[in-house]
Amino acid sequence: MAHKYHILTSPTPARFKPITKAGIIAWEEGCLKCARCVKKDCVYKVYEKRSLDSRQMLDSLDTACMDCFRCVQNCPNRLIQKSINPLYKALGDNYWTPEIIENIWNQAENGRVPVSGGGYHGPFSGPGFDAMWTDMSEIVRPTRDGIHGREYISTTVDLGRKLMSLEFDSGGKLISSPPPLVEIPLPVIFDVLPWSPGGKGINLAFLEAARNTRTFAVIHQADFMTDMDEYVPNIILFADDDVLKLSKEMIRRLKIIELPDSGNVMAIQEHLKKINPALVIFIRFRLSRNASVRAAALAKEGAEVIHLTANENGMGKAEDPLFIKDRIRQIHSHLIEAGLRDEVTLIGSGGVAMAEHVAKLVICGADAVAVDIPLLVAMECRVCRRCTEGISCPVDLENIDYAWGASRIRNLISGWHNQLLEVMGAMGIREIRRMRGEMGRAMFFEELEKEIFSGMGIKGLINGK
Amino acid sequence: MASNKVTFIFPEVKEMPSRFRNALGKYLITINKACTNCGKCIEVCPYAVFKSGMKRPKALSDHLCIGYDCSKNDYYCVNKCPEKAISLRLNPSFEVLGDRRWPAELLASTWNMAASGELPANLNYKTGNSGGGFDKIGILFPEKSKKEEDDIKNESLDGISTAIDLNHSQDSRPEVTIPIPVYLGGMSFGSVSIVTMLSRVRAATNLGTFCCTGEGGFPEELIPYSDHIITQVATGLFGVKEETIKRVRIVEFKYAQGAKPGLGGHLLGDKVTPRVAAMRQAVPGTALFSPFPFHSVYSVEDHKKHVDWIKEVNPKTLVSIKVSTPTDVDMVAVGAYYAGAHIIHLDGSYGGTGAAPEIAKKNIAMPIEYAIPKVHKFLTSEGIRNKITVIASGGIRSAYDMAKAIAMGADGICIGTADLVALECIRCHHCESGRGCARGIATTDEELTNLMNLEWGTQRIINMYISWRRQLMRILKRLNMKSVTELTGRTDLIAHIDHIHNRKLNGILEL
Repeated sequence: MAHKYHILTSPTPARFKPITKAGIIAWEEGCLKCARCVKKDCVYKVYEKRSLDSRQMLDSLDTACMDCFRCVQNCPNRLIQKSINPLYKALGDNYWTPEIIENIWNQAENGRVPVSGGGYHGPFSGPGFDAMWTDMSEIVRPTRDGIHGREYISTTVDLGRKLMSLEFDSGGKLISSPPPLVEIPLPVIFDVLPWSPGGKGINLAFLEAARNTRTFAVIHQADFMTDMDEYVPNIILFADDDVLKLSKEMIRRLKIIELPDSGNVMAIQEHLKKINPALVIFIRFRLSRNASVRAAALAKEGAEVIHLTANENGMGKAEDPLFIKDRIRQIHSHLIEAGLRDEVTLIGSGGVAMAEHVAKLVICGADAVAVDIPLLVAMECRVCRRCTEGISCPVDLENIDYAWGASRIRNLISGWHNQLLEVMGAMGIREIRRMRGEMGRAMFFEELEKEIFSGMGIKGLINGK
Repeated sequence: MASNKVTFIFPEVKEMPSRFRNALGKYLITINKACTNCGKCIEVCPYAVFKSGMKRPKALSDHLCIGYDCSKNDYYCVNKCPEKAISLRLNPSFEVLGDRRWPAELLASTWNMAASGELPANLNYKTGNSGGGFDKIGILFPEKSKKEEDDIKNESLDGISTAIDLNHSQDSRPEVTIPIPVYLGGMSFGSVSIVTMLSRVRAATNLGTFCCTGEGGFPEELIPYSDHIITQVATGLFGVKEETIKRVRIVEFKYAQGAKPGLGGHLLGDKVTPRVAAMRQAVPGTALFSPFPFHSVYSVEDHKKHVDWIKEVNPKTLVSIKVSTPTDVDMVAVGAYYAGAHIIHLDGSYGGTGAAPEIAKKNIAMPIEYAIPKVHKFLTSEGIRNKITVIASGGIRSAYDMAKAIAMGADGICIGTADLVALECIRCHHCESGRGCARGIATTDEELTNLMNLEWGTQRIINMYISWRRQLMRILKRLNMKSVTELTGRTDLIAHIDHIHNRKLNGILEL
């Protein structure tokens, strides 16, 4: 049995106090100074331990409260009220919501799967990834002793081109030569960022975390520095500058090179493979209406790995109305129809913000996903995008210690891995390669709405008949 | 027939105000120093917001205030006050309260029902704000004139039955009828306080229905109520004993639960007190894992063996099968029937009370609004719908959700969260933090447990269900029905607002 994939986590506190949702407004005026103040009763000792963070001017009343409302409800003069922290509301945007950011921060801090009581509290469904549910099985289980038991639920995937058959000569000697494959223990690679503050700590943290979690980080050709040399085995070099500038020595040392799609991309692939036959080539392009056609053409011409990207909200090029999960479903199905699906590896990226998005993209047909912004959020980014305007980062990402950053990313990825196991366990699947494209084991909002609700409310029609 | 058992006498509603000093409402009223204590406000307010005080009246019950809408009334205190000493404003804390599924108004409405059995005057007590499912489904009432509607409002509800039978199998086992189409879902000892557990059990007993023990055993305190207890056999088999199986009228097999479909449970070591350990036949302080799924069931045949085992141990009990809502939930329901179950209990993915990974609560398995019609339709086409009872749970929050779930195809429903809200749960979702529930509901901490007493808890839950029953009867009356059993599967009487375009509807849609 394979060695079990396990990511070491360690509590890694934030440098800044995280922005939390709830605050308390305690009006001092009118206080009766009654002998049994409700503040003494606080179960969480919020008032007793009250302090001010002088650097950020944050009152711990606004960060430690757990929303039980007991002080609000028991103060004899009703001098205490609750509020939503305006800084919390202002975090991120419609896609990168405060809830998502908070969820990533918590995992980055402690590496634990987010757990809470009291049922689900969110909207019924939503756009994009929220218009989909994953399946569960009442009696089938993946392993005998639970998802963390002695048996192994594999999240390993191979990146590269696969042969559909092996050929042998009359003497029984293998004549086909299998193309190179790179194996990663989790279907997640780290992508280049759509935006970020400067400073080399960020890239180094990505690389260190990629090495620790045995995956890869995509690095722009222009960003490669000599101090990244030791990380070459975990680098996917994105040759978006000029591939001819790459030294032969460098090409021979790399395991993966990513090429931007172009008219002569297959010729470049051939050129690079001549120098290093063990090299795996990724071809990267932005999702669009004709992505299926392009993907099929590339697959036919011998592409090994196709990296399909969306913007940070999961959308393709401007005219493409489809969200990444829906576009990838279409590409996956198109490749199946063309008889090409199993020959190439598909990687999807853009808008992947939570562990469930990894599972959902895989179910929709991606072999693996590439993550970007969450890795930055793990290092306390607030998705304010001030860096895009050249304004300094409010959490000083320019000057992070890369080891600290790597530890936070490792914690996050561990949380995601464990959540992936939860989703797979519920489905009764113990091999993520078998989850790829299993759309029958998912439920899609649009389909269910139509099936269940469209026949309701019509006279004489009971159960839609 | 259930209708000949309407002789059941329901308990009375008794006032049970908030156990905290300040009830939480949408509005806040303050009276300033200009007040001369003339008492006008006490006199004019029909909602009894004000109580007399030494220096000036106190707006002790401003959670009952109907707010700015009152300004059109001639009894609007703000205008009536001769000294203009009264001010009305939105309660800032109210905005923070609740979530999409249980918005502040629904929480406050439920507290209102639990306190007095009455509907709130000016809050949405029917739906949440989740933007889908029940919150976008309305009931289609027959077109009537304003006068006819008003007449119905005043007509007596006598003779409308809300009772349902739980044994439709026509086997030799006893008939079990519950006078309301609801029973109370399982919450184990240890996950909630003994006061919470007993409050629910006693309320169920008073209401003539059932309350499930959850996994983990049958505490002795519950024995006097055995006729109203459903004992659970869950995957860990904790606390399952021959004597407990023999004691009850319904045994529930829990295959999965909506709170965490497809996932096992985990009781932390420090929650395994000597008492919990004894009941679960385990060692104190040791973490207990409840695996997923049943390790003795690989097939529908194994499942039948399970059901047969319970039937053998207790020849009089009914058997319920509780499952979650996978893509093939309809097949699962048919399988449950052929294995000999009397009740198929569907637990939708948005419900639950216990701690669960957020990824599971949000993403795994389908919401109950999809599962009920799917199962009802399939059981009907298989010709077995009238031989099994369908109970739905998981995300049912109000009497209107209940009516919609029944119209979708359920015979009855099962409730957990709403009971806790009746006990003033605030849905902070921190059930497990620190010493446990700060409001003394889901905790075993002695001091916190003492925040609530048994009489109060029992009556609050009774009050809420009496109110739900009245709301259901009013709905049935408006639909010209005499019994809730007529409503089951009437998908022609509900409609989803996103699916009504260019359609002639079977009545007036009311959300």
